[in-house]
Amino acid sequence: MPNWALVIRIAAFTLLAAFLLTPQSFAPLFAPLSQHGAPAIYDQGNLLTLALSQLGTVLLAAAASTIVAVGLGILVTRASGAEFLPLSRTLVNIGQTFPPVAVLAVAVPLVGFGEAPTLIALFAYGLLPIFENTIAGLQSCPPTVIDAANGMGMSARERLTSVELPLAMPLILEGIRLSLVINVGTATIGSTVAAKGLGEVIIAGLLSDNTAFILQGGLVTGLMAILLYDAMAALEKRILRGTHG
Amino acid sequence: MIEIKNLTKQYGPVTVVDQVSLSIPRGSITVIVGTSGSGKSTLLRMINRLVEPTSGRVVINGTDTATERAYLLRRGIGYAIQGHGLFPHRTVAENIATVPRLLGWNAARIRARVQDLLNIFQLDPGAYAGKFPHQLSGGQQQRVGVARAFAAEPAVLLMDEPFGALDPIIRAKAQDDLRDIQRRFGTTIVLVTHDIDEAFRLGDRVAVMSQGQMLQYDRPAALLIRPADPFISRLTGTGDRAMKLLSLTTAGEAAEMGSAEGATVPASATLRDVLSDLLWSGAAVVTVIDAAGMPCGRLTLAGILAHGRPR
Repeated sequence: MPNWALVIRIAAFTLLAAFLLTPQSFAPLFAPLSQHGAPAIYDQGNLLTLALSQLGTVLLAAAASTIVAVGLGILVTRASGAEFLPLSRTLVNIGQTFPPVAVLAVAVPLVGFGEAPTLIALFAYGLLPIFENTIAGLQSCPPTVIDAANGMGMSARERLTSVELPLAMPLILEGIRLSLVINVGTATIGSTVAAKGLGEVIIAGLLSDNTAFILQGGLVTGLMAILLYDAMAALEKRILRGTHG
Repeated sequence: MIEIKNLTKQYGPVTVVDQVSLSIPRGSITVIVGTSGSGKSTLLRMINRLVEPTSGRVVINGTDTATERAYLLRRGIGYAIQGHGLFPHRTVAENIATVPRLLGWNAARIRARVQDLLNIFQLDPGAYAGKFPHQLSGGQQQRVGVARAFAAEPAVLLMDEPFGALDPIIRAKAQDDLRDIQRRFGTTIVLVTHDIDEAFRLGDRVAVMSQGQMLQYDRPAALLIRPADPFISRLTGTGDRAMKLLSLTTAGEAAEMGSAEGATVPASATLRDVLSDLLWSGAAVVTVIDAAGMPCGRLTLAGILAHGRPR
């Protein structure tokens, strides 16, 4: 009995890699979608470079979101920081509800065009799932376990690092995964402010009425999101193996 | 030796523990018994400062507990609670090693200690050391919880309803085991329970709490014979107090010189159990045998009954 889930993932990865490395070999597939003799494959930049650049931006933003959201989540679940919970929640919610496009518009005058405004938009957009999952994870630690940790003589820091965070880890990792996947798609809007990414391909398609370009940008982004989701899930399983049965 | 002096805890206008003083001898088991809301758990938790007293002092072996940092103080005091509180992400061995690790013991010493404790608590190290708590039965989890509390060889061990979640058969066994292990290590144990039978079974001394006050602190037999408050009579029950009294004395302690034909009872059996045996078999006298199986005296029906009367 073959492991179909794995077979499909390997196939998806192979397809993605093949397309990014030799896009021209897929030209016959996309040719019917382009009109007036326009090129079937995006030719104004290297697709692989664009994809990697977009991925890099997303990972960098996720790293920043994780540090801030987990840090904030820890702070507001301490007795000394509990009063900041409503305020932090409001701020993080604004980050999620404020449209990333609007964040770009606000950020460009401040930091100029390019990667920077995209990073800011993705960072703000990615905070909420990590923040909420960190809080949920820390608050779900059984009270008897916390009581035992205190009674054993753990300092507040030892209790956090060796009991609370490990127990909250499955939920925190899930939050990071969610945030990553949302942002792989969202990152395409960065191309409106000259960040290098697959949005460029989609925008080029929209401007020249070339469905083939739009589809290429969309499909590569989608495949990246799915594969990233799976990779994170596998990583979580590895990290938590045995300890959260 | 634990000296508790005028210990008080107030939450706003509510006094949960009110001016409690008691002196707990080294190497004994003291059981604090009371109904829920009596302040017994709060009293216990003030000993290792999980709850900071409003006023009063706790002195352990001559050192005022208020002079040490709370979490460092707790490393020197064992702690076991209801529902065991095991760390679900750590193995049995890692759980037991918690306090020795905090104290910075070297790896070899920790390994040896964990091995010893698993053996003492009848958990085969080869089979159980690497298991996670959720892979154990309730009784096994509870044993690991108590083993963890003993891990750093604490002179004082605090237990808050440690057997509360166990079914009666496993609980009786856990209580017997605790007594044996306490004798072996000479640990001073303070145990909180709402179960008066558990208090009588385990306690060298029993402290009865009600509404934040300590009503009586005495040997179990004294609670039956000279209750200081009507509440204590209600708590111990008067219907079977003679039987309770019998259950506080062992056959070995009550044995008379001489021997008898026929049935034997172990010296560790309580007079209540021996009486029950005699009633069942219709015999009037039994031989008491020690742990090695050697006769060490005899018990007669009349002799047993005399122990059931207040003196």
